[in-house]
Amino acid sequence: MQKIMSDNIVEIDNLSFGYKGRLLHKGINMVFPRGKVVAIMGGSGSGKTTLLRLIGGQLKPNVGEVRVDGDVVHKQSIDGLYNLRHKMGMLFQFGALFTDLSVYENVAFPIREHTDLPESMVRDFVMLKLNAVGLRGAHNLMPTELSGGMARRVALARAVALDPQIIMYDEPFAGLDPISMGVVCNLIRSLNDALGATSIVVTHDVHETFSFVDYVYFVSDGVVVAEGTPDQLRNSDKPFVHQFVHGEADGPVPFHYPAADYKREMLRGHDV
Amino acid sequence: MFKGLQCVFTGLGHRVIEGVWRIGAGARLFSYIGFYLFESFKRPRLIVREIFATGVLSLLIILVSAFFVGMVLGLQGYNTLQKYGSSEAIGVLVALSLVRELGPVVTALLFAGRAGTAITAEIGLMKATEQLSAMEMMAVSPVARVIAPRFWAGVISMPILAALFSMVGVLGGYFVAVPIIGVDSGAFWSQMQASVDFRDDIVNGVIKSVVFGVVCTMIALFEGYDAPPTAEGVSRATTRTVVNSSLAVLGLDFILTAFMIGA
Repeated sequence: MQKIMSDNIVEIDNLSFGYKGRLLHKGINMVFPRGKVVAIMGGSGSGKTTLLRLIGGQLKPNVGEVRVDGDVVHKQSIDGLYNLRHKMGMLFQFGALFTDLSVYENVAFPIREHTDLPESMVRDFVMLKLNAVGLRGAHNLMPTELSGGMARRVALARAVALDPQIIMYDEPFAGLDPISMGVVCNLIRSLNDALGATSIVVTHDVHETFSFVDYVYFVSDGVVVAEGTPDQLRNSDKPFVHQFVHGEADGPVPFHYPAADYKREMLRGHDV
Repeated sequence: MFKGLQCVFTGLGHRVIEGVWRIGAGARLFSYIGFYLFESFKRPRLIVREIFATGVLSLLIILVSAFFVGMVLGLQGYNTLQKYGSSEAIGVLVALSLVRELGPVVTALLFAGRAGTAITAEIGLMKATEQLSAMEMMAVSPVARVIAPRFWAGVISMPILAALFSMVGVLGGYFVAVPIIGVDSGAFWSQMQASVDFRDDIVNGVIKSVVFGVVCTMIALFEGYDAPPTAEGVSRATTRTVVNSSLAVLGLDFILTAFMIGA
């Protein structure tokens, strides 16, 4: 049966997921149109990274489904899942570079694993990708010799080594200085447009993200609480979005972790 | 009283369930390794690299330990045998002790401490730093690329290390018995040659070392693969590798010896 090509390369439909008795996602719906850069934003622990793992098939939803290019991810066999992952590239939070391989070998890894190209061609591909992230001159270095920003860029070169249709970024700006952050922002946008791919960026850095993404989903308490273009969300009067975008300490997301009444607890003495 | 009993039974039940779960998870990992058997041997470079890491780098501790064990056997053996006027049989005592028991067992214990812990820590850290997840997302099976080559490297290395242990141990025994104590060199070697049987002694020793190789490597791999991705998790997994491997080796040694003597 021929598959009808949808405008959305990834679709999340009524997804619920939880473990150890805690429901992390409660009926989430999202779509990721082809060629767009879409951000998933939310506070720490809101299940953003888990969403990427569900899209990549590393976790299975309790209810609902994730479709990638029309295929339901969690219904795939191991071979089917691996075939689906050929369409994906993922940048992990701290790069996840293989520490026993050099920068060159890291980027060459997926090419060698999935193609039978001669070494001269592998070299051309690796240098092309490293040049795109500005690290061609660092190809002989080991991961331990790289700064956080450089490691992230090498991991990005590795993630796009086989020109995937979907590129997923898990907290790509975490721990980066402003210059590296700007470089990574530009790379995400330019690589997405050059490859004609779709990018999914999981982050909580509002300022940087709003400068280059096409669409944003806000996730809180297991549901999508707001969505729209960066301009729509900047002007949103929803309390959660306002608190998040303006970085306010208290609001719908409380400053305090849920606890018993403070006065009563203090009067009770040391019996906590 | 009732609450205390309930706590004891709950804890016991929890441990039993966890134990059964771990056995199941270990068996599943073992079956995956079998599934990727031929794929591993298609890339011998990976296995050779792991043989270097687990086998060659363990050589120093194995050989030095073997020499000292052999020397101690020579001293203790002579001390006992001379009371019965059969000090020339020292070569037989040293060789049989090493080939049948000490070679495979001590090598396995040293292997678990040197190579097993390294395997567990490496795989645990690869998991903690998301390297295994990255591999999965690149549509590369971590079992085929990381686990299986290390398994075969351990299984191949162990009998070779045990054979080298026995050989150097015999030289250690010779060093103490012949040049230092003054036992006749010809008697030392000829009695050894006459008494050590290829099938009953050497082949059985090799069988033991292969079994220990499978068990020690499997425990090290499983503990690393199953380790919680935290510093504490990796440290506990490394400790469990040494404890479980040592107990498994000593327990299995008794069972294998009973079967071999009975056979």
